[in-house]
Amino acid sequence: MDEERQHRVLSVSDLTVGYRHRRHQHAVASGIGFELEKGTLTGLVGANGIGKSTLLRTLCGMQPSLGGKLRLYGKDIANYTSMELATRLSIVLTEPPASKNLTVRELVTLGRQPYTNGFGMLTDKDREAIGHALEITESTTLSERKCYELSDGQLQRVVIARALAQDTDLVILDEPTTHLDLYHRAYVLKLLKRLTTETGKTILFSSHEIDLAIQLSDKLIVMDVEKTYVGSAKELINDGRFDALFPKETIYFDSENGRFTIKN
Amino acid sequence: MESKRSFKLWFVVLSVLLLVVFVMNISLGSVSIPFTEVLASLTGNGASKASWEYIIIDYRLPKALTAVLAGSGLAVSGLLMQTLFRNPLAGPFVLGLSSGASLGVALLILGAGAFGGAMAGILTSEWSLVFASAAGSFLVLLAVLAVTFRIKDSMAILIIGLMFGSVTAAVVAVLSYFSSAEQLQQFIFWSFGSLGNQSWYGILILSSCCVLGMLLALISCKSLNALLLGENYARSMGLHIKRTTVIIILATSLLAGGITAFAGPIAFVGLAVPHLARQIFTTSNHFVLLPAVILSGAFLMLICDSVAQLPYSEYTLPINAITSLIGAPVVIWLLVRKRKLLF
Repeated sequence: MDEERQHRVLSVSDLTVGYRHRRHQHAVASGIGFELEKGTLTGLVGANGIGKSTLLRTLCGMQPSLGGKLRLYGKDIANYTSMELATRLSIVLTEPPASKNLTVRELVTLGRQPYTNGFGMLTDKDREAIGHALEITESTTLSERKCYELSDGQLQRVVIARALAQDTDLVILDEPTTHLDLYHRAYVLKLLKRLTTETGKTILFSSHEIDLAIQLSDKLIVMDVEKTYVGSAKELINDGRFDALFPKETIYFDSENGRFTIKN
Repeated sequence: MESKRSFKLWFVVLSVLLLVVFVMNISLGSVSIPFTEVLASLTGNGASKASWEYIIIDYRLPKALTAVLAGSGLAVSGLLMQTLFRNPLAGPFVLGLSSGASLGVALLILGAGAFGGAMAGILTSEWSLVFASAAGSFLVLLAVLAVTFRIKDSMAILIIGLMFGSVTAAVVAVLSYFSSAEQLQQFIFWSFGSLGNQSWYGILILSSCCVLGMLLALISCKSLNALLLGENYARSMGLHIKRTTVIIILATSLLAGGITAFAGPIAFVGLAVPHLARQIFTTSNHFVLLPAVILSGAFLMLICDSVAQLPYSEYTLPINAITSLIGAPVVIWLLVRKRKLLF
């Protein structure tokens, strides 16, 4: 029983996400339910404005949920202290770091903050975690470069390395593939896949790269206007869940090849 | 670890330069005193003339110390504000502290007329200026802190600070309109800033403010580094944004408020020195930047004060003008040369 609990990293049931304005609530999406198992890669897809970011912000504990259950390792996420949460869950945001006048190593080192003392002194364990994070994201050669010298693709690898240095079981990424060229989009998603198999991390990412997400994810969460669907890519395709995602007069889902095609 | 060694080199160079400028600052003044006599006084051996000894120990040394405290304190508070608001234009006075101080002093000097001549004499003594200025800063600080507790977005604090500044500046303008030329002149002299005429007791209070403010800055360094990534990242790494914000605002108020109370509103140093330090040390890591701005702030202020006192003449220029006259070209030169604003 306990082992099963450890296996189930995040469990969400009947969750409502949205915003609270003084007295009335504005629900963006509701009835969301899924579970993230240890060592799996899960993609979150849906049209612009459907509430992907709101859902991710709620999952990260950055904003309160409006209803339903949200448990990290069986404990309500609202009951975590910020320090506890920082050792369980790390994030990669769409916004770039506010300051880029840091070397890659300095930026990745910041990921060790939950573990270091008041003056940020590093122990051997911290250095090892930083070295490992740089290595696995293939950024070791960049480590003495300044962040403002990096390309978008390199910077994305580095901010992922920072999240890895934070050494959490669960990593949540909000659109890690925006601003990247096709090669780097595939590279980043393959990297995430590799992290789940090699390091046993549980990773949830949102993306507009539905084609790539279908190919790489263990599980997908499809956010539609009325409902949120969860399943393996195959199940979702068979159930036609991608068909209704976008207006059909422009693009349609080609279920044989598992990708969207322009309607002529 | 090439970069670490060059940090150390810069720290040694800056410390030596600071010491040199400190002694130079004390050697220069309206009265010409031989350099050996200056050293003799400073090392406690006594100068050959009692008047020289008096000038050095009771006038020039306190002034140089005030310059060191003011320069480093303003630079630290500028650094704190720039990182807290992640805005390279922020300085020690973005929270409206100097406007608050101006309001306090304006009410004292310009309002003194209303209390009659006899009262005015007592009210405008040295300590009452310090008190009025501190009280003004403190009131603005309380207002800003009260707002901080209610607001989520730290950028809003920046705007609210600026608004407080505008309101107090407007009140000062209205007060100036109704006051006599003589009072106005006194107020303007205060606003020029002055490092001199500090008693040893005043320096004790000022240095307590500065040391306390810098200690608060030191314990905030780790949080400040996290804030470099933005508030959301910082929070995700376990940082208490609100607690950190309050500590940083308190540190800034102690430093900027204390210095303004004793030396008047000294512009520019707080805004410019963090940029100078970032260009020289090419990092935004606060564990390096904090000592860097302390050293370079003190260094810059001592140079400015040496120039302001116009050695061997009887005149002293307003320090507030000199800091901008010397500092602005340096910052422009550095930015043009490096072609990039490092933040």
